[in-house]
Amino acid sequence: MTVGDLQQGDTAVVKSFLSGLDTQSRFLEMGILPGVELRLVKIAPLGGTIELKVRNYYVSIRQQDALNIVIENRIQH
Amino acid sequence: MNNDNVPWVALVGNPNSGKTAIFNLLTGMNQKVSNYPGITVEKKLGTGQFNDGTVYHLLDFPGTYSLTPESFDERIVAEQVLQWIHGNNPPAVIVSVVDATNLSRNLYLTTQLLDLGIPIVIALNMMDLLDKTEIIDPSSLKKWLGAVAVVPMSALKKSGLNKIKDQIRARILTQTVNNDIFPLEVTKPLETILMPITSLLFTKLGYTPRFAAAQALRIITRKSTLELYNRAIQEEQNIDSKTLNKLEDLRTVAIQEIEKEKLKPSSLEAMLRYKWLDTNLAQYRRDQTNKIRKIHTSEKIDQILTHRWLGPGIFIGLLYFIFQSIFNFASIPMYWIEAGVNWLGKGAVTLVPESYFRDLLIDGIIAGLGAILIFLPQIVILMFFLTLLEDSGYMARVAFMLDRGMSKIGLHGRSVLPLMSGYACAIPGIMSTRTIDNWKERLITMLILPLMSCSARLPVYALMIGAFIPPITVGYIFGLQGLMMVVMYFIGTVTALILAKLFSLWIKSEGKSSFVMEMPPYRLPIFRSVFRQVFIRAKLFLFNAGKIIMAISIILWFLASFPKTDNRGEQMTIHNSFAGKIGHTIEPLIQPLGFDWKVGIALITSFAAREVVVSTMATIYNVENTSDDMVQLSDAMKNDVNPSTGLPVFTPLVAVSLMVFYVYAAQCMATFAIIRRETNTWKWPLFMIVYMNILAYLVSFLVYQGGLWLGFS
Repeated sequence: MTVGDLQQGDTAVVKSFLSGLDTQSRFLEMGILPGVELRLVKIAPLGGTIELKVRNYYVSIRQQDALNIVIENRIQH
Repeated sequence: MNNDNVPWVALVGNPNSGKTAIFNLLTGMNQKVSNYPGITVEKKLGTGQFNDGTVYHLLDFPGTYSLTPESFDERIVAEQVLQWIHGNNPPAVIVSVVDATNLSRNLYLTTQLLDLGIPIVIALNMMDLLDKTEIIDPSSLKKWLGAVAVVPMSALKKSGLNKIKDQIRARILTQTVNNDIFPLEVTKPLETILMPITSLLFTKLGYTPRFAAAQALRIITRKSTLELYNRAIQEEQNIDSKTLNKLEDLRTVAIQEIEKEKLKPSSLEAMLRYKWLDTNLAQYRRDQTNKIRKIHTSEKIDQILTHRWLGPGIFIGLLYFIFQSIFNFASIPMYWIEAGVNWLGKGAVTLVPESYFRDLLIDGIIAGLGAILIFLPQIVILMFFLTLLEDSGYMARVAFMLDRGMSKIGLHGRSVLPLMSGYACAIPGIMSTRTIDNWKERLITMLILPLMSCSARLPVYALMIGAFIPPITVGYIFGLQGLMMVVMYFIGTVTALILAKLFSLWIKSEGKSSFVMEMPPYRLPIFRSVFRQVFIRAKLFLFNAGKIIMAISIILWFLASFPKTDNRGEQMTIHNSFAGKIGHTIEPLIQPLGFDWKVGIALITSFAAREVVVSTMATIYNVENTSDDMVQLSDAMKNDVNPSTGLPVFTPLVAVSLMVFYVYAAQCMATFAIIRRETNTWKWPLFMIVYMNILAYLVSFLVYQGGLWLGFS
């Protein structure tokens, strides 16, 4: 399961990154790494990007990158 | 920079950590503060004063999440840091600005800075915004970080600043450095793998054990770290290519061994550092899960502002509101300015004796400057709203909402802010494209940016609309004049987006596009700062434009006024003047667009800067007018009649054609100079000048000829 499978309000824990992820190094330096919890805040009105809450901040990423973040311990909203 | 022996201090921190606000408070300078990640795209220098009266220089660096070079502005910081390590003018102290509400992510960079061996003062900013459930004890933080100074503060409340200054002063005097032990827990096998790199850095480059360990880890994590040394060699730092090749070989070997340990080399530094940080930070945090579940006020606001249906609607509504206000709110101050300029002109007539100088003063300088001054209220209103959108944090949401659409046409969510800044002025817009990591997306953003109608076009639109578009209401609520204005901005923007798509098919791509953007919390803009920014921008506009306008008005007045008599001594009119001859020469070329020779002169002068067109027309009409009184430009244009046909020179159709020409034409030298600088070649600015002018001619031609054919006049 990946971040792309989350519904609005769901939380989950990052498990690993798939090799296709181009933004991995940016995620890492921002503290988005295996073991970290996140919540899907919303999907952009026109799609394409999603907003996450990680640690104590909000960040938006592209849906195609979300598909490359593997998650576990999903808790549905 | 340090020639004067004044110590200098570097200000480093995450985007949105309040760095620029602290810079302003410390230096009293009017550096632009924004609530948009990555707004400090260039280093900014200021001077501050300690409480004992001695001075220091302060350098504000672009916001960065780490010392690993990822994007263009992050590379600026990483490169600079490497130079310091190699003894090239390091700062006396680094102030590490930390957003206390996001400790772990901010301290990631701080711990990297602590590795450098340069005295660090940690400014724990936004203490006032901290959750009540969270208690940060600065002294315990200081202890486990191994830092020398942690100062809790708030840039918003202006508290803790004196303590920061005292701590900087103390560090300069004592040069106390934090401890020299690399704090991260590196396992024994990993340490063994890294050892060859660490010891090479220690022996060959003379790094401290702590920085050698940190740098070894970073070299493993990102190859771009080694690429920074390539530049260092070019600039003749004390590292030779042999050492560099050795490092590259060692890196390859180490990576293979790390993979054998079932570890990911690319995430090594982040995993170790965050593990260490999170373990230590756990003491301040009651419950991690509550943090991500907690709904911040900004998220509640976003339930409306980035709502599926309301979000895009509100954005369009805001844009429409801004352009309508430009017309509605500006009319009264514009009336005052008009009256003031007239009064000045009349005063000059009575005070200054009749002479060429008086002609120059009234017909050239006062008429020229007055014509541009009158549009200042509109420019100020536009800048005010743009600043407000940026400072509140709304622009980051716009990027979030529009990234999909933008990436479909070869742009990026981050292109939105530069493009919207382009409505004020293309130059800061082009500068802020530096936050776009991907070169292709950045280049395309720059190529289309001058099509966004900047404030210099506003005088042209305002003059033409005010004089030739009737102030009637259509569809009950839409003022025709305001609507016309919106149409001008709209066609420029739409053409820009279409061209972006075309360019994206044609320009080759380098590297992949990515979008990771922090959504800053909404903040009530500090009105003092907003007004100050608007004031600075308006002042810059007036002075820069003023200088060019003044020069061109004087040259133009001369060209339009002389020769006064022909060789038989007869009085000559403006038609036979130098300017008149130039205008008449190009008239055949622009006649199909509906322009006469006077507009022709204006088109030539506005190549330096668009806003000059208004002052040019004002000067021409004032020179043509033989009486002492100053003529009102819009009245003069309305009354102007073509002597051969007896028909008005300017009609609503000509006005629209002229406006359309100004939407597209490449007319601002400064813009192309900046693009030359940013792209490092004349190829792109020349390409832009060609494509924009062809577009201007073609569309104007279609508008005018099509309009005639449809029976408009």
